[in-house]
Amino acid sequence: MGSSHLRPRTAMAIRARLGFVILLSLFFSATLSTALYEDQVGLADWHHKYIGKVKHAVFHTQKTGRKRVVVSTEENVVASLDLRTGFIFWRNVLGKNDHIDQVDIALGKYVVTLSSGGSILRAWNLPDGQMIWESTLPVSTLSKSSLYVLANMNVGKDNLILVFGGSSIHALSSMDGQIVWRKELSIDSLEIQQIFQPHDSDIINAVGFVGSSEFVVYQISYRTGEVMQQSKASFESGFCGEASLVFDNLVVALDASKSSLVSISFKNEVINFHQINLSDLVPDFSGKVTLLPLKFNGMLAIEIASSILLLRVKGANELEFVEKISHPFAFSDALPLSKEQQAFAILQHDESKIHFKVKSDNDLRNEILKETIQMDSQRGNIEKVFINNYIRTDRTHGFRFLVVMEDHSLLLIQQGEIVWSREDGLASIVDSTTSELPVEKEGVSVAEVEHNLFEWLKGHLLKLKGTLMLASPDEVAAIQAIRLKSSEKNKMTRDHNGFRKLIIVLTRAGKVLALHTGDGRVVWSVLLPALRRSETCGNPFALRVYQWQVPHHHAMHENPSVLVVGRCGHGFDAPGIFSIVDSYTGKVQNSLILEHSVSHIMPLPLTDSTEQRLHLIIDAKLQAHLYPKNSDSLKHFFNEMPNIYWYSVEVEKNKIKGYSLESKAELDTAEEYVFQAKELWSIIFPSESEKIAVTATRKMNEIVHTQAKVVADQDVMYKYVSKNILFVATVAPKAAGEIGSATPEEALLYAYLIDTVSGRILHRVCHQGAQGPVHAVVSENWVVYHYFNLRAHRYEMSVIEIYDQSRADNKDVWKLVLGKHNLTAPVSLYSRPDVMVKSQSYFFTHSVKSMAVTATAKGITSKQLLIGTIGDQVLALDKRFLDPRRSVNPTQSEKEEGIIPLTDSLPIVPQSYITHSLQVEGLRSMVTIPAKLESTTLVFSYGVDLFFTRIAPSRTYDSLTEDFSYALLLITIVVLVAAIFVTWALSEKKELKEKWR
Amino acid sequence: MGSSRGRSLVLFTLSTLLLVSIAGGFQSDELLQDDEEFGLEGGRPAADPALSTPTRPPIRRRPDPDLLSGSPDSKSVQFSLEHQFGGSGFFPAGTFTARLKSWSHGGQTLTKLRFSRNALTEEEKGAFERLLKEDGYYTIRVPSNVLTAPGRDFVVSSVRARCIPRESLDEHFIIHTDGVNIVAVNYGSAGACQYPRMLKYPAKWSFTSFTVLKNSEQAPRTPTFAEELLAGEDGLGEGVKPPEKSFWAKYWMYLIPLVFIVLNAMTQAMNMPEEQTAGQSTQAQRAPSTTVRRR
Repeated sequence: MGSSHLRPRTAMAIRARLGFVILLSLFFSATLSTALYEDQVGLADWHHKYIGKVKHAVFHTQKTGRKRVVVSTEENVVASLDLRTGFIFWRNVLGKNDHIDQVDIALGKYVVTLSSGGSILRAWNLPDGQMIWESTLPVSTLSKSSLYVLANMNVGKDNLILVFGGSSIHALSSMDGQIVWRKELSIDSLEIQQIFQPHDSDIINAVGFVGSSEFVVYQISYRTGEVMQQSKASFESGFCGEASLVFDNLVVALDASKSSLVSISFKNEVINFHQINLSDLVPDFSGKVTLLPLKFNGMLAIEIASSILLLRVKGANELEFVEKISHPFAFSDALPLSKEQQAFAILQHDESKIHFKVKSDNDLRNEILKETIQMDSQRGNIEKVFINNYIRTDRTHGFRFLVVMEDHSLLLIQQGEIVWSREDGLASIVDSTTSELPVEKEGVSVAEVEHNLFEWLKGHLLKLKGTLMLASPDEVAAIQAIRLKSSEKNKMTRDHNGFRKLIIVLTRAGKVLALHTGDGRVVWSVLLPALRRSETCGNPFALRVYQWQVPHHHAMHENPSVLVVGRCGHGFDAPGIFSIVDSYTGKVQNSLILEHSVSHIMPLPLTDSTEQRLHLIIDAKLQAHLYPKNSDSLKHFFNEMPNIYWYSVEVEKNKIKGYSLESKAELDTAEEYVFQAKELWSIIFPSESEKIAVTATRKMNEIVHTQAKVVADQDVMYKYVSKNILFVATVAPKAAGEIGSATPEEALLYAYLIDTVSGRILHRVCHQGAQGPVHAVVSENWVVYHYFNLRAHRYEMSVIEIYDQSRADNKDVWKLVLGKHNLTAPVSLYSRPDVMVKSQSYFFTHSVKSMAVTATAKGITSKQLLIGTIGDQVLALDKRFLDPRRSVNPTQSEKEEGIIPLTDSLPIVPQSYITHSLQVEGLRSMVTIPAKLESTTLVFSYGVDLFFTRIAPSRTYDSLTEDFSYALLLITIVVLVAAIFVTWALSEKKELKEKWR
Repeated sequence: MGSSRGRSLVLFTLSTLLLVSIAGGFQSDELLQDDEEFGLEGGRPAADPALSTPTRPPIRRRPDPDLLSGSPDSKSVQFSLEHQFGGSGFFPAGTFTARLKSWSHGGQTLTKLRFSRNALTEEEKGAFERLLKEDGYYTIRVPSNVLTAPGRDFVVSSVRARCIPRESLDEHFIIHTDGVNIVAVNYGSAGACQYPRMLKYPAKWSFTSFTVLKNSEQAPRTPTFAEELLAGEDGLGEGVKPPEKSFWAKYWMYLIPLVFIVLNAMTQAMNMPEEQTAGQSTQAQRAPSTTVRRR
């Protein structure tokens, strides 16, 4: 009898043991290293490369082989693009202030760039972008930086590169960048306008203006830089400085009043001026003329009263009207077709169509080529066009156009079709926000069940093989392909883990784009009409993007929307622009130009009954305007009005001021939604010793899970968790410049923690011998800041943690049980704070471009700092390393708590680069977005490039890893069930036998 | 030795002060605490009123011998406190007096802050009452630089008026200075401010002021690692042993199952006799049936 009972028990034991094994395997798979394996790259992350708005382009198509175009952009990128596909062959991102002035190709193998106001000339190898040489030119900053590179096209000679500006000309060898000769034309206030070389001569002509009325022509020896001939003449009514070289011996300039043209012909030291009468060409001419840059022999383009006239110059005194063009339009530069013939292109916008016309100087009345293409209206108008020709199969000339649009996108157009396009506006993101994707609606898109069971099993078998390291290289490749192909991450619906979202970005061009977090594709894009140049708003620019409406109650029927705020012009008193865009479709729902300016935008933690978020916009006159303007929002607002505070940082005045709102009763303004600010507090930093370097606050939507921190010995410290903490770092004005500009004695860095409601300085600390640049990040109850320590000659990172002492006596468990504690009592910031501060400093090897901190849905997961390094990578550093309680010899209990022994510098583990081998060129900012899964944070970092990934600072403790083998689990379960049945049958048999005994 | 002497000195001054105050004579408003002692790491910023002696206006200022004799490297400076009730302008409310100490290296610091509050006029009292009623802001300001002439900037601080009244009007100033500059003044109630704020009038319409002067502190810097290591090696021999854990803390994981087992055994032992009796009867009933099956 006893034995029969034993059987099932052993079976149970077996099962329990196997279960334990499974649990163990689960545990191991969950605690894999945080770093990625090589084959995991690209599973959860994506990296897109951009170049920015193209300024100059040079085609390189003469030789057979790769056809390419070399471009320089406003993001200081010089890049070589494949002309067939638009892909980047190579690109080099220059420094932040190293703006590219001109780009050209020299010797047919070097790309030459002139940058930094004409002071740096570099040559890059055309095939691979390696730098060949760099040369620094002594340029006097006094002269206006009108600089050009003139690459000599005569191949047989020793090719020189001429750089000119102001009154000096430099000639550099294109082989090694050595300065061959340098000519300082010793005349004050000389502005060289043009340099050109008459055909097949050793002489360079330089023309320019001296002062406002004198015209100068120099003939300079090509070999030595000697001035061979010099002639000048003055024109009594003066010049305004604009001029256009029409022929080798004729310049057309604008006179000082900008109302008439002057043709200047020069030959053999004789200079003649001719005033050209425009009223012959334009009968009702009045007002001002603008000379448009059109580098085309014998042609002139002028703008009169917003229409453009193309004129042909027949002689010094004779102009012929060719064509009238209306806005918007673009010209290309002249393109030599043969020795005698050259062509240029005119592009004209007509609603959604673009007309392309190519004219050659043989026949200006007619076109060589005429095409029309349909253009996406969300790209705006044409800004620039570059033209290139090729020989068609029928031996005629064909043309391709490289077009830069208003939204900074780049397109190649050939044979009336868009060959490729690049969304390069994404290189200049101004701000970003996120939006949840639509909820999956039943019946609409039922997730496609795995096509069939066999395929599914096969896939999992492969994965199993992979995990057991039995897979052959082919199979590994197959596994990788399956992984990458899985369309799960690219769906347009909300997922359970909250990994799929829309990142809504605002670019400098005023375009709003929605990017899918799965692969970074553009879901929709809209060029905001309010942020385009118009009559009412001449110089608009985009400021910020906020979540405007996030429907929870009607999530199935209503779409969320975002608010885009901009400004008309760069002054603080310029009127604001307000646009509301649907997050799912990109439709502009509402758009208006505000009557007031925008100096501060405050999203309030309040919504009206339609779930539109209340926003308070503070204008330059310190009036607060409430949006949306409806009575419902006003009602909600009045309830919270006494508790609304804000602050402003006036960097120039070295002041921080705090405000609240004046109660409405005392106000006699008729406007219902306008409130008056009341200054509550001010902090004035002494301007002789301090200068505001950086300010940082906590993220508004950050969630803190535990308010208390349990330290060793079962002690509890309460975090000072306030949303109103402002971190301010000030540096000594002497040390505000570059590192090395001040001695350690002069350099001081003050760190402040300020409560922004009451204006209290909670903590103030001084770092001697420290200077900027300062970067800071605030989260929970701590702040981490990065600066340079002049004494130690190293970068340093400091941490300040702030704890609330007023609640420190709530330690007794019985008190908590019996409810005799003050933890739930409302806290007023007007109470005198009783805080304790702990801080520590550590050395850090890198200089930093940007800092951020991870954010998770519930704030349980430990935090990581994200550090944008100087190498444009993102490093994740555990906050535990920046714990002020680290000591050299932590006690046993401290070790158990997880305190790392003190080191004087922070470790940089190569595996903790979340960008792994990639570089986010020109990294500007990192945004962390909590996923629904508590362990995971989404990280979106942008600069010239975009990079997105998801990271789990404490590893994915709450989910199985991607490569978890469900097949193994299934097989184990099947085996177990089989084992149970077998043992059961065996035990039955045995029991029967027993009974028959 | 020196420290004990210093301590006894402090004790002495404290006791004399206590005696003086008991005697009811002149109550020194001098801040005993030197500003350097404030804001040390972990230290509480002069929370106890005992440290910052309350000032009870109106006080007739007597010529201070300390100020008169005035050592060459320090001089007395005065700056005024102004206040505002709601929307109206600022009015003088009191005077701060401090000593300006010049250091050999050229810096100047403010020390020994005293404060005398003007008594509230009837008008001001009315204004304050109005503020209390409407839960408005009581705003004060002091000049941002104690030396420069008028026309200077002011640092402003405000508090909800309802935070101030207790027995009397209790106020607390923290003045953050940087040399002769006042970076900020933090003004508020002397203790906690309840929320929601109740309308309460003080028993006495006079201010009780606490003032604290704060300078910035130096950032703590861990000595360089090498030094630390040396220090660590020295201390290694003695090795601060972790405090001995209690028996329970060490062996709780063994004890709990043990207790369970014991409990289990006990309950079983208790059940046993019952089962025995009950079991016997059932067995007696069952016995025939088994025999039947065995057949």
